[in-house]
Amino acid sequence: MFTTLKQRSGSIMEIPKSFLGYKRENGRAGTRNHVIILPVDDISNACAEAVANNIKGTIALPHSYGRLQFGADLELHFRTMIGTGCNPNVAAVIVIGIEPKWTKKIVDGIAKTGKPVEGFHIERTGDIGTTMKASKKAQEFVMWASEKQREECPMSDLWISVKCGESDTTSGLAANPTVGNLMDKLEPLGVHLCFGETSELTGAEQVCATRGATKEASDKFMNTWSSYNDFILKEATDDLSESQPTAGNIAGGLTTIEEKAFGNFQKIGNCKFIDVLEPAEEPTKGKGLYFMDTSSAAAECVTLQAAAGFNIHLFPTGQGNIVGNPIEPVVKLTANPLTVKGMGEHIDCDVSKILSREMNLSEAGDELIKTTLRVANGRLTCAEALGHKEFVMTKLYRSA
Amino acid sequence: MATDIIIHDKKDNVGVVVIEKITPKQDCACWIMEDDSSTNIQSVDEIPLGHKIAMVDLNEGDTILKYGHDIGKVVKSIKKGEHVHVHNVKTKKW
Repeated sequence: MFTTLKQRSGSIMEIPKSFLGYKRENGRAGTRNHVIILPVDDISNACAEAVANNIKGTIALPHSYGRLQFGADLELHFRTMIGTGCNPNVAAVIVIGIEPKWTKKIVDGIAKTGKPVEGFHIERTGDIGTTMKASKKAQEFVMWASEKQREECPMSDLWISVKCGESDTTSGLAANPTVGNLMDKLEPLGVHLCFGETSELTGAEQVCATRGATKEASDKFMNTWSSYNDFILKEATDDLSESQPTAGNIAGGLTTIEEKAFGNFQKIGNCKFIDVLEPAEEPTKGKGLYFMDTSSAAAECVTLQAAAGFNIHLFPTGQGNIVGNPIEPVVKLTANPLTVKGMGEHIDCDVSKILSREMNLSEAGDELIKTTLRVANGRLTCAEALGHKEFVMTKLYRSA
Repeated sequence: MATDIIIHDKKDNVGVVVIEKITPKQDCACWIMEDDSSTNIQSVDEIPLGHKIAMVDLNEGDTILKYGHDIGKVVKSIKKGEHVHVHNVKTKKW
């Protein structure tokens, strides 16, 4: 009955070999079938939202940026926009921007997947005329997408991203190791996996670096972590009180960033990462685990992972983070019985019996695999049912 | 068998309370995950779910070990059975 960390891999159930997904033109598969209305910039949000309001079954992705950005910050903006449109959970895309050039750049990037995409710019036409034209195309796209059927897809079509939030000590004891157990069981089936949260590995960075599959991957990780840490040390005004760890982390019993980091790190199980990705960068080295350089803020991190092509997200929480994403379903799990009791409507998978030792880690991992597959097959997540659609662009520095 | 406190690694000098709370002078059953062994401790303070208890006496400057790793330094001495948190432990990083 009792598990130990050393006995964690063995599964007591047979792991399914397939799920029901939407096959896309470029060979990827989606767990969702969204038609999105993507504003290029902040001032195009109103038009995008008007189109989504007109045409049922479409979803607008408003955000705060996209004007006067430059350099690496602008590149990240385009990568996030294009990547979001390319995600296999998206069937078709309407892009709306103020100016034609950047709008076209995003349309062209998404068009490489072969999926339907069309761009509209507001300048010289205005919101009302643009809304009318874009709405007609959006109606065509959503009616086309509504005929798509789920088909049997191999497990290797799952691209699973992970990130934890509102962590407490129960995260490191049980919820994060449950995700690690899932990774250990699904990695051999050829899934893509991704973890991030550069700043939250502080204190465990040396141990994390040893988990690179190659010296190159390990070195790349240490360079990425050092660069983020230098930035934090430069900008920090004190000891980052109430930011890392957060007030919620501290209330849950986490004392230092090091303690939080070692808990965080449990999410990757015994897997080794094969490469380090830039924020929102699509992995290109095939199946396996990747580390992505991201903020540890929940919505920013999930938005970047979705833009890199991940099609289902696992989110362990302690005190109860409630984040969702408009295109990538976010599956929540917790091991904290008080969180299950107080805010159960946010929890897709309850693994609190690990703490009372009524469930071992392998059983918890199996439960999480079952929940993940139900969601991949179409079951709404709590965050989806509650309307969580946080789409948050990562901004690297001030605009020009 | 009820478990009140879980300890990750044999080397750890703190454990985590996994019941709603422990009260002062409570005799607590501890489970060490690494080797599936058991131990006991009597608490000094009231400690809520998820918070840490000192498994040994700790002096200022000592290192707190959890997951078998360094998670910070003691800034105010701690007696065995007392609550370990931000009032007596600080990061070695930021």
